[in-house]
Amino acid sequence: MLARPGLPRFDYVRAETADEVVRLLQERGEAARPFMGGTDLFVRMRDGVIHPQVVVDVKYLPGIRDVVYDAQAGLTVGAAVTMNEVARHPDVVAHYPLLAEAANSVASYQLRNRATLGGNLCNASPAADTAPATLVLEGRIVLYGPDGEREVPATEFFLGPGKTARGPAEIVTAIRYPLPPKGAAGRYLKLGRNKVGDLSIVGVAVFGFPDETAPSGYRFRIGLASVAPVPLRATAAEEILAEEPPGEETFVKAAEEAMNEASPIDDVRASAAYRKAMVRALTLRGLRAVWEQLA
Amino acid sequence: MGMHSITVTVNGEKEYLEVPSHMTLLQMLREKLAITGPKNGCSAGECGACTVLLDGEPVNSCMVLAVEVDGHEVVTVEGLAKEGQLTPLQQAFIEHNAVQCGFCTPGMLISAEALLKRNPHPTEEEIKEALVGNLCRCTGYIRIIRAVQTAAEKGGA
Ligand SMILES: Cc1cc2nc3c(=O)[nH]c(=O)nc-3n(C[C@H](O)[C@H](O)[C@H](O)COP(=O)(O)OP(=O)(O)OC[C@H]3O[C@@H](n4cnc5c(N)ncnc54)[C@H](O)[C@@H]3O)c2cc1C
Ligand code: FES
Ligand code: FES
Repeated sequence: MLARPGLPRFDYVRAETADEVVRLLQERGEAARPFMGGTDLFVRMRDGVIHPQVVVDVKYLPGIRDVVYDAQAGLTVGAAVTMNEVARHPDVVAHYPLLAEAANSVASYQLRNRATLGGNLCNASPAADTAPATLVLEGRIVLYGPDGEREVPATEFFLGPGKTARGPAEIVTAIRYPLPPKGAAGRYLKLGRNKVGDLSIVGVAVFGFPDETAPSGYRFRIGLASVAPVPLRATAAEEILAEEPPGEETFVKAAEEAMNEASPIDDVRASAAYRKAMVRALTLRGLRAVWEQLA
Repeated sequence: MGMHSITVTVNGEKEYLEVPSHMTLLQMLREKLAITGPKNGCSAGECGACTVLLDGEPVNSCMVLAVEVDGHEVVTVEGLAKEGQLTPLQQAFIEHNAVQCGFCTPGMLISAEALLKRNPHPTEEEIKEALVGNLCRCTGYIRIIRAVQTAAEKGGA
């Protein structure tokens, strides 16, 4: 492949306040585009998919690069925190290892120095590696816009490939994760064409914890990437796991159900049929791995 | 078109530059400063031939805007050797013949230097993971990995 030429022309604006960004987005509409790492935006601009006249650098807004952990409130990760920062932050590693594992699975080390958590979610690719973890950890997306701040649960944030619940003049400022339930364990299993460094063919996050209110004594949450127009929770599989006694038989049944909940497409990375089979395989593997930590 | 006056330290030298908004760090290095170690392999963050250190951490310079490095420090492969003295890693690349066409080498060296700095004694697996964003069409990687191991044995980068 020939090296593509440089970026098309645009004006760069480094925003100092969130209100300044909101105003720009209101005034300029589609012609203005926020960015943080640029690892999605610049590629799309170079490919001629989008042509913003102004790119607004929002990674210097106050607090947008902070990670704050509170033993009651949980974890708040600023939207512009990079994947490497997420993956090695001591509070993330200690209390949300699943999120660290997911962040660490993105692209290459040097790209993870630029790629941000917020950018990954805003871009809303079905393959976004931090989406399944954010779904099963019940993350909430913090948005700031003309009417101030609001929070949207991750389960309601993704609307389609590249489409989110973000309003046209809103920006994402942070992602909030509640405290994980006591005794929880999680794994993110990603299948790419290579062992590491590639977009996922299938990504599966499995998260489980003891819960006396569940007939089985445990609850599991399963998040899937690259197998539907949006990253999603496999809720029918989750129900089986809440109802039936944990163990190989139930796990096989739940993995089968997760496969049925996936509606993948054929693309350059894999066929739909292969993706479905891999949802089953990775879900089963994830359930076994999490169960090993729980039991 | 927006122009920006920036001050950036490149390989220890302070540079005062006028750059347009849409210029990448890679273009700035190659076309404004004639620093041609960093290569344009894909312009898309895939190949790693453009890898440089930004404030000590490796980044794909094709994916960074020149205006973003205002006030920061950039090191390219040209800045690794000090007073004509190659680093142990560069020496090891020579010893192991870890170079064929050389197109990937500037990026490989930067990524590997950064690895040895944060992890002076990496396992083979850790070396492979750290270099996954640096593609090489020639060597088959084995010699590159051996070179990094040798440099690590000799006390890091
Ligand atoms: C070579 C390569 C490999 C990759 N591999 C992977 C991979 O393995 N897994 C994976 O999940 N992704 C991968 N990606 C995609 C990308 O790196 C990630 O999605 C990254 O996390 C995006 O973050 P960013 O900060 O660079 O986003 P940006 O490019 O800055 O922004 C992404 C999108 O969000 C919008 N946006 C940015 N900031 C905000 C904000 N604060 N509020 C509202 N909207 C905003 C932008 O306008 C843009 O549309 C890869 C990309 C490349 C180039
Ligand atoms: S030229 Fe930058 S990664 Fe290929
Ligand atoms: S030596 Fe030719 S690409 Fe690596």
